[in-house]
Amino acid sequence: MHGFFETDILSDMQKPFYVKVLLVVTLLLGINAFAQEKDHSSSEEKGSLKSEIKEFIGHHLLDSHDFTLFTIDEENNEHVGFPLPVILWDNGLKVFSSSKFHHGESVAEVDGNYYALYHGKIVKTDAEGTINYDDEHHATNVKPLDFSITKNVVFIFLVAALMLFLFARMAKSYKSSAMPKGVGRLLEPIILYIRDDIAIPNIGKKHYKKYMSYLLTVFFFIWIINLLGLTPLGVNVTNNIAVTFALAILTYLITTFTANKNYWKHIFWMPDVPVFMKIVLAPIELLGTFIKPFSLMIRLYANITAGHVVLMSILGMMFIFKNWIGSPLSFGLAFALSLLELLVAALQAYIFTMLSALYFGSAVEEHHDH
Amino acid sequence: MEKLIEQFSFGLFFWQLLLFIAVLLLLRKFAWKPILDAVEDRESGIKDALAAAENAKKEMQNVTADSERLLQEARGEREAMIKEAREMKEKMVSDAKDLAQAEADKMIKQAQLAIESEKKAAVADIKNEVATLSLEIAEKVIKGQFSDKAKQLKLVEEMIGEIKLN
Repeated sequence: MHGFFETDILSDMQKPFYVKVLLVVTLLLGINAFAQEKDHSSSEEKGSLKSEIKEFIGHHLLDSHDFTLFTIDEENNEHVGFPLPVILWDNGLKVFSSSKFHHGESVAEVDGNYYALYHGKIVKTDAEGTINYDDEHHATNVKPLDFSITKNVVFIFLVAALMLFLFARMAKSYKSSAMPKGVGRLLEPIILYIRDDIAIPNIGKKHYKKYMSYLLTVFFFIWIINLLGLTPLGVNVTNNIAVTFALAILTYLITTFTANKNYWKHIFWMPDVPVFMKIVLAPIELLGTFIKPFSLMIRLYANITAGHVVLMSILGMMFIFKNWIGSPLSFGLAFALSLLELLVAALQAYIFTMLSALYFGSAVEEHHDH
Repeated sequence: MEKLIEQFSFGLFFWQLLLFIAVLLLLRKFAWKPILDAVEDRESGIKDALAAAENAKKEMQNVTADSERLLQEARGEREAMIKEAREMKEKMVSDAKDLAQAEADKMIKQAQLAIESEKKAAVADIKNEVATLSLEIAEKVIKGQFSDKAKQLKLVEEMIGEIKLN
């Protein structure tokens, strides 16, 4: 048996590339035919499974007010996890445990006010939990300001604590020896890479130092939190537009407040172009300063969200195929995609850091004749 | 886009901003600054050490070149000294030779002179002797003449023959 496999693998390796491609295509076509055949028999069941998967993915991408690891029984509302504190500002601070919502099944009553979960958002309702809709099917209920410690906030906390622990320890290790010790051996090359290949080339030797803290923090924050998003814990912090918005606005604020005269001159009164062009360019350039951080925000958000949607869809295919070829194939695809997502996690952190450095560089660029 | 704005959670934004700025400030104080300083110190240390090594190498080369030059000089000097000594020796030998030659010539000359004078003296002595002998012979001849003429002649002849031998 063992020998048979070996020879099979060997002969497989010796096959030219196009034979392999043909093989894969035939397999895929075969599955398709098979799946279509099955479709007739149980299309109804399949439809509900598909919508269930879709709903699950949608749910996965959202933040939640409790920390649910997995659900044992949907019918009886049995979940494994723990509740998180809900903090609301609704004519005064209201703090209560998210267990009061019973995973969105019931209305929470606090100080005579009633709150319900509607699509992951807390809305104010009456005692029965009525949701009022407008013509376009939007909930018209009052949404109190929600400062809850949600699942994502917990993870932001955890990553912040992890980073503090790791890097403070690393910094301490330099006191005893000039060479890094332990995890510092892994982290130091990355820190040096950010300094030598991101900060210095984009910002310049003169000014890069004041931006190093931000660049390093943002790189490691995005990277670590992206990696945590790939774990089975099922958190994705960076696919929340609020998170990427917070990061992008910091880049924007730092760029704006450290910018020199030259930077503003290039925005409002572009040198070396006719006066007419100066007037035309000014609003475009001004808009550009907002578009730059906006692109940062959308890029990180969209990449991580797309990665998660595709990965989970492929995982979901495993349950739709339910046959001995389709499921392993979708497992293989999901595995390959996970590897790709590992790369994307680092790549997006790199791109965010790189572009931030580029914007800082333009903000402190010294005047030189064109 | 509408869905994005709908999904936007102000609470998450607030916490993200707050926590991120907090961790940024803490890391700057407790991690990034010490780490970057340590790395920079190390790098400048390495740079200094390399420069020092380079300098030491250059100095070493200089020293080697110097000692090489000194050695060369010393060798040249030694050669010159040996040459000088050899020349001096040769000169001394030739001087001594000349001197000895002159002395020997002088001595030979003196000896020749002495021999000459001795010879002259000896010749003078012989002359005297011959004169004396001649006188004696003459005396004897005269005495012989007076006794026997034949004998007298014979005697004279003998005498003369003797003189010839000398």
